Amino acid sequence: MAAGGGALIIASAGSGLPSVGLVPRWLTTASHWTGRHGLLVSLREHVIYTVVAVLIAMIIAIPIGLVVGHTGKGSFAVAGFANAIRAVPAFGLMILLYVLVSPKIHFHGSIGWLVPRGAFASLVPVEAMLVVLAVPPILTNTYAGVRDTDPAVTDAARGMGMRPRQVVMRVELPIALPLMLAGIRSAVLQVIATATIAGFLPFLGGLGYQIFINGLPQINDPNVGYPAMLGAALVVAALAGVADLVLLGVERLIVSPGLARPTARTRLLRP
Amino acid sequence: MDHIPGTASRRIRANAVVVRRSDFVIRFDSVTKQYPDGTVAVDGLTLEADTGKITVLVGPSGCGKTTSLRMINRMIDPTKGRIWLDDRDIATMRPDQLRRGMGYVIQQAGLFPHRTVIDNIGTVPVLLGATRRAARRRALKLLDQVGLPANLAGRYPAQLSGGQQQRVGVARALAANPPVMLMDEPFSAVDPVVRVQLQDEFLRLQGELGKTIVFVTHDIDEAVKLGDQVAVLRVGGRLAQLATPRELLAHPSDSFVAGFVGRDRGYRALGFTPAGELPLRGETVVRLGDRLDSVAARATEGWVLVLDEHDQPQGWLAASAASDQGGAVTPEMLNLGGTLAMESSSLREALDAALSSPSGRGVIVRDDGRLIGTVTASQVLTRIEQERSAVPLAR
Repeated sequence: MAAGGGALIIASAGSGLPSVGLVPRWLTTASHWTGRHGLLVSLREHVIYTVVAVLIAMIIAIPIGLVVGHTGKGSFAVAGFANAIRAVPAFGLMILLYVLVSPKIHFHGSIGWLVPRGAFASLVPVEAMLVVLAVPPILTNTYAGVRDTDPAVTDAARGMGMRPRQVVMRVELPIALPLMLAGIRSAVLQVIATATIAGFLPFLGGLGYQIFINGLPQINDPNVGYPAMLGAALVVAALAGVADLVLLGVERLIVSPGLARPTARTRLLRP
Repeated sequence: MDHIPGTASRRIRANAVVVRRSDFVIRFDSVTKQYPDGTVAVDGLTLEADTGKITVLVGPSGCGKTTSLRMINRMIDPTKGRIWLDDRDIATMRPDQLRRGMGYVIQQAGLFPHRTVIDNIGTVPVLLGATRRAARRRALKLLDQVGLPANLAGRYPAQLSGGQQQRVGVARALAANPPVMLMDEPFSAVDPVVRVQLQDEFLRLQGELGKTIVFVTHDIDEAVKLGDQVAVLRVGGRLAQLATPRELLAHPSDSFVAGFVGRDRGYRALGFTPAGELPLRGETVVRLGDRLDSVAARATEGWVLVLDEHDQPQGWLAASAASDQGGAVTPEMLNLGGTLAMESSSLREALDAALSSPSGRGVIVRDDGRLIGTVTASQVLTRIEQERSAVPLAR
């Protein structure tokens, strides 16, 4: 992939990136957004892949992070595991899982509006790959948030008669929340960026579909090839930006004001 | 610094409160704590913390005082020996339930940063099943009781000063009205001025509430000031002496205790003897705003005491500084070196007032701050001599 694109860029080096000027027109053409293979469908698929992967990653990473942070047991394993995962190549992992796992999946139906008919066997390796990417930032940040809780605070909590579970849920979790959310944000951004490669697998789409399946094969048509690839990439970037803003809004809503990192404004408000 | 509005009115009410005494005795019965690496933190400690009294555990670092305290609410379990709460062995009680019945105050306050002051205070009532509303009502009452204004209720701990945080910590420990309070160096992390304030308020509060309190400190002055009885521990976790503060200063049991209690213990022991009737002399005074040329005539031995319009002493004015210039007496001219002693003060404070005064005359005031008279150091010393012959300090 990278090799092909690189060759083309080199070939056209003299005249700059071809067809860049056509990107706005491609993006504003209504027929590119609607229809069975339009941008809106791709966008919806992309969001679904992302949300499912991040939710699964949270379900895995947050409890482990809380327990490891609270007990202090296994912190070495968490750090090592998270670092090792960072070195895994996403594309290779997805293809490997597709080769190993997908043939063993014999469910070919649809799951509501989430998974179209036949797509499940392709979706599993994609989601598994995205979950592997999303777990480390959430896990390490949850763990770090709990571990960094002032020991005097947890000591007071225990000393007042909170049970271990109450210490975690009523004290450590809310205090770790800002760091946890930072981890979730970074996971979301990474998953949105990486979910573009889902389009390589049969029955799957996402915004990568516009880049690799729609744009790339038609690279020689200046009206479709580069404009589609660049246009879809811009939509990916916009989606990442919007997701980040939404999560910032969530952070505002659920993090206690008492934990606000001292920004210029809050510092002024303090006595 | 903490400003505490309404202190005077609270003091009046404090005296009117019906004194309730808890009946919870904490008994250490040859308690030993040895860690797996062989370190002995507490060694065969036997000790009784009386109902409604303050028992202070004091000693150098490594003497096991905090370990001893934390064994009472089972934050640490002893290796040998038993701890009794009245007639119950605490080893048989569930730790979380035991702890909910004991107020717990620690050095850094340990307030929950994500909760407001009022919800911090309401923690234990909520754990015990109170509704949030009931817990908040109770918390507001406690906020007032520890001398904090109600408008702090909605603040977060990060928005409070160190002294205010400690008060909230005390209020939180008192919220479920536990008969027992465990306090681990609660006032060590604040500056000396606030510490004295907190200690005084703590004693006032204890006068109202009469809890059974075990209090850990490394500061012998604090121990002697606050304790009904003081347990001095030595490194290795052995009890060196258990005595009333007065006894401790007068008769340290060995050289370790004597060294730890400190050098000027003879002077500090005076803090336990009320000044009583001192031969006070009247002062000719001037007031702020009086003409300067009237000062020289009223000065005695070169100094004259300056009062404000409420008869409260403001400082000493040197007659030489006044001379014959015109103008009026202003606060900037005053020497503020002297301390004040109240009529209810101890001999220590009376002597200090005399020693610190630039005129050599110690100023004695009523409890409301109005001048009664002055006393010289030699007059206080005469009084000390009389005390000594009446109640011999040496056995």
